[in-house]
Parts: sequence; structure tokens; C-alpha cells
Amino acid sequence: MSFHDGKSSNQSKRLAQSAAFTIFRGLSFSVVAILFIILAFIIIRGVSVISWEFLTEMPRNGMTAGGIFPAIVGTFWLVVGSMLFAFPIGVMSGIYMNEYLKDGWLKRFIKLMTNNLAGVPSIVFGLFGMALFVNRFGFGDSILAGSLTLGLLALPVVIRTTEESLKAIDDSFRIGSLALGASKWQTTSRVVLPMAFPNIITGLILSIGRVSGETAPILFTVAAYFLPRLPDSIFDQVMALPYHLYVISTSGTDIEASRKMAYGTAFILILIILVVNLLANWLRKYFAKRVKMH
Amino acid sequence: MKRYFHNFGERLIVGLLTLSGTVTSLTVLLIVFYLFKEGLGIFSMSPVEEGTAIAVNKQNPVKELSASQLKEISDQNITNWQQVGGPNAPIKLFRIDDITEYYSEEELGADFEFVPQRINEIVTKNPNILAFFPEEFLAKDFPGRQIFLDNISVADFLGGREWYPTITPAVRMGVLPLILGTLWVSFGAILLALPLGLATAVYMAEIADSRVRNILKPVIELLAGIPSVVYGFFGLVVVVPLIQDIFGLPVGETALAGSIILGIMALPTIISVSEDAMRTTPRAMKEASLALGASKWQTIYKVVIPYSISGISTAAILGIGRAIGETMAVLMVTGNASVIPDSFLEPVRTIPATIAAELGEAPQGGIHYKALFALGCILFLLTLIINVTVDLVSAKKRENR
Repeated sequence: MSFHDGKSSNQSKRLAQSAAFTIFRGLSFSVVAILFIILAFIIIRGVSVISWEFLTEMPRNGMTAGGIFPAIVGTFWLVVGSMLFAFPIGVMSGIYMNEYLKDGWLKRFIKLMTNNLAGVPSIVFGLFGMALFVNRFGFGDSILAGSLTLGLLALPVVIRTTEESLKAIDDSFRIGSLALGASKWQTTSRVVLPMAFPNIITGLILSIGRVSGETAPILFTVAAYFLPRLPDSIFDQVMALPYHLYVISTSGTDIEASRKMAYGTAFILILIILVVNLLANWLRKYFAKRVKMH
Repeated sequence: MKRYFHNFGERLIVGLLTLSGTVTSLTVLLIVFYLFKEGLGIFSMSPVEEGTAIAVNKQNPVKELSASQLKEISDQNITNWQQVGGPNAPIKLFRIDDITEYYSEEELGADFEFVPQRINEIVTKNPNILAFFPEEFLAKDFPGRQIFLDNISVADFLGGREWYPTITPAVRMGVLPLILGTLWVSFGAILLALPLGLATAVYMAEIADSRVRNILKPVIELLAGIPSVVYGFFGLVVVVPLIQDIFGLPVGETALAGSIILGIMALPTIISVSEDAMRTTPRAMKEASLALGASKWQTIYKVVIPYSISGISTAAILGIGRAIGETMAVLMVTGNASVIPDSFLEPVRTIPATIAAELGEAPQGGIHYKALFALGCILFLLTLIINVTVDLVSAKKRENR
């Protein structure tokens, strides 16, 4: 660039910039458009299927009519079961890693393993759950086996959110509490945890969303193709929403006739995700406001 | 006394916390153990269906047959003994069901007690025979020669081009088409997702004001939250028919459909990881660039992007990882044909989809079951490589600072 054409170069610079920014803006909004199209498509087609009957009745006529009640109940129990397992262990593990474990090889090792577990594909969890819980422990295809498998899958997520929530708490609180004569656990349980609690709960809610939509881990550990009754114990098989959607959209007896049911099921799954995300966002804002007020 | 209990309680809690801390490590080790225990079992198994005997006449000089030769013979692509190193004579196939053509039911006995003897007769009478029959009918004084196949080798498994895990008499377990199918679809996905994802990340990190960013953030969280089976369903009812129409294909279930859906699914990972990376660009560097007269756009592509390049590569690698491991969406839209892919407009089959589709039908402990666990091992190793690479890239970045 020479000095003479400073003006025109400035102009072309500005032109290049506005062209680039326009393109980037366009591409970003196409991402929004993709989400919007997917959501709108499923909501518009699905919402007309939703009725009291659809939500509370057993599937009938080769799953082309009736409702999806057993799948809703099944998914509910799987979410409850997996969270009962993953939440306490995940939170305790997060506390251990952030509050108790000193920096060193052990911490790095556990971190690496947790990251690896987070990266394991969901179908591998399915294989593992089948080999360990279903076959080795002899639980059979059951809510117990499915919940444990899903719980393991959710574990790294819970650990990470717990760790991050704890990390965000300023050290001065810990030091202050310890200086007042509180023990390590008293400091953790009465000072640090209550402050980190909102973020931990938000993480829990988001992992509920994740667990309720997972299909691959439950394929061989719990999910039933067609089982029009409710479970009696944790050793029963159940239907589940995501697996039900897979079944009726790919291998039902009459795919065209069951398409309507598939839209309805997809709608319910989307609804769960929307509610979970909105709730998490609302909680985040609510707690942020409360912290500010203090 | 109180003090003592206090200490005791404190120790108990530390113990519990420590125990919880080991759960993830333990799980990873158990996953490795079970996956490899079942998966490696395949290399000590014969490709011949368990309990099946293969035999020829004693005069036949052929002593060995490979699994692929057996398949060709059984498909009638090889019909002469000469093609497998024997005399010039047509191969006469005999399966146990054919025995009724040779003998009446009475001659076989009410409880099939004469079957071994009849098989002896058939094999002796027909010099060009190749007989498959259950081992329980193998007589002690069997006059023919049994043929045993070598166990499945690592080279056969990894390099084999045919995946027919249930055919008789001998299965073909080559995972090359599945590995290539997985990489092909994931590669396509990243090709589609990377430009879109990076542009969005740049826009969010550097260009958009906070109001727009507050719209984009939840959108990306939602994209990440939609279950894969819903993506698969959307692909099945929207993307697949669209591809079929646009390209005039007989079926729309193609690698392209898989890549599109996987690309959308990889977007949140790519966007959030690379946006975080761009945000770490020191303010001083950006301001120095602006002060030197560079435009905002020049600053972005000459300063911000080079500075965050390792984070961007991490984003791409993690996106590929997400695509490689994805199961349900791919299973629903790629058509699942186990052929080596050479175009995006053909059906392909990935490793996760194969496991998901076939494990339900594979008898526990059988060769097919073990092969699917071996596929799980490959998948696990692929994702492990990806995690370790990401770890190395980010470690290097820390070093450079």
C-alpha cells in the first residue's frame, strides 16, 4: 500500500468489511433459521395430534392409534432412576475434585477419565450397560439396568457443572469460614455449596433433558418395542419416548398410518427440551437477580 | 468425645467423596474391560457357524478353504473345484436339508438316528461333494475329510471389505466398509458444519451486540438439546425426500442425508468451542491492530482467528468426534448399506448404526455379538484418539502462552 491511494484503500477496506459482516450475519441467522424450521415443523405437525387420549392411553392397532402413555411413564421412571444415581454421585465427585483433591497427577488422571467418559459415544454406553448390568449382574432388560446406564452417561455432565459452579465461588469465602474455626466440611456444606447451589440445580435440569431424549443407551438395556402396560417394579421392561419414536417412524407395521403418532411423540420430546431449557434459563436469571440483591 | 465424633464424621464424608470421585475412572476402566473382553473374543473364533461341520470326499485334494471362498461357492460364483485348487470337476453342494432328496424319512429314522450313517454314504459316493451339516450328525467313523477354517484374523477383520455377519456356512466380517462409512459421513458433516459454525462463532464473539448474542446463545443451547432421534425423524420426513427429489434418486437415504443431519448436530459444539477460543484473544492485541489502522474485519482475520486457531481446530475435532459417535440419527437416514462409499448420493452404514441395528438380533456370546463388541472397541478407540488429540492441542496452547 502506498501513501497516495490511502483514501481508496480505506474505502475498499470498508467495503470488504461490510461485505464480510453481511455474510457472517447471514450465516449466523441461517443457524437460527435451521432451528426454527425444525421446531416449527415438528410443533405444527405434532400439536394437532396431542389430545387427552394421546397422553393417557395405551397404543392400539399396531401403534397406529391410541396414545403413548406407557412411553411417557417409562421415560419418567428412567429419568428419575438415572438422576437418583447420577446426581448424588456426580455432585459428591465434583465436590471432591474441586474442594478436596489437591493439584497433582491424581487430579489430572481423574479429570482425564471424566473427560473421556464424556466423550464415549452413547451406543458404547449401550453395549457396556448390556454386558455389565443386563448380562453380568443379571438385571435383565429392566428399568434398573437402563437407569444405571443412563446415569453413567449423565455423570460427567453433572460432575462438570458442579465443578464449574464451585470454581466460580471466590476463595475468600472459604478462607473466611476456615478462619472462623469451621472445619473443611462445614465450610463446604454451609458456605460453598449453598452459594453454588443454583448453578448445580441448573446443570441437573439440563441433564434431565439430555437423559430423557437418549435412545442408543436404552436400546439393549430396557426399551420395549411394544408393551401396553405399566411397570410393576424396577426389574420390568418399559417403553420409552425416544425409542418409541424410532420404532414407529422406521419399523411399525404401517408406517404411513403411524406417522401421525410419530409427530405427536416428537412433539412431546421437543416440548420436554423446551421446558427444560426455559426452566434452566429462568432459574439462572432468577438466582442471578437474588445474588445481586444481597 | 464430641470432638472425636466430629472428626469421625468428617473422615466418613471425605471417604464418601473420594469414593464418588473414583466412579468415573472406574467406569472408564470397566468399559474398556468389558468392551475388549467381548470384542477381542472374535479373534479366537472360527467364521463357521458354531456346530457346523464342513467336509469333502477323502479323494479330494483340497485341504483348505477360506471364508470368502466358502461364500463364493455358496453363492454359486465358484462352481468348479479347479477354482479353489482342486481337480477339474464341478462342486456338488450338499446341505443337511438336501438329505431328503437322497433318502426317505424311514431310511433316516424316526429320531434321525440313521442320519450320520447316511451322510457317511453320501460323502463316500460323491467324490466332488462339499457337505455342510450339523456336527451332531458327524459319525465317529466319518469316511470323508473335515475342513476347518482359520480363526478370524485381525487383518481379515480390519481389512475385509464384506460385512455379512449372519450368512451361512461361514460369516464374512470385514469392517472396512463400516469404518470408511463412518469417516465418510462424518467428514461430509464437518465440511458442511465448519464454515457455518465458524462464521456464527466469529459473529457472536466479535461482531454481534449483546442483544443479538442473547438471542443466539439459547438458540445454540436448544440445538444441542434436541434429542438425536428427533433429528433422525426430521431427517427422515424432510431431508431424505428432499434429496430424493432434487437428485432424482431411487432412494433418498444417502450419505448426504446423514452428513446434513450430523452437520446440524455438530454445529453447537463447533460454535461454542470456537467462540470461547476467540473470546480469549487479549484485548490489547485487538486494540493494537485497530490502532494501527486495520479495520475490524482485518483485525478479525489477521489477529483473532490466527490467535484462536488451536481452539478452532479443537472445535473441528470435537465436531468430528460428535459425528463419529452419533447413532440414532444416522441409523434413520443413511440407508445402512454396508458398501465402501464412493459418493455422497449412495447409502452408507456407520459403526454405531451397525451396532444399534444388529445387537438385538445377535445371540449373546456368539460370533456376531462379539463382532459388534469389537466394533464398539474401534469406536471407543476412535473417540479416545480424538479426546487425546484435543488434550494435546489445548496443552500446547497453554505452553505457547
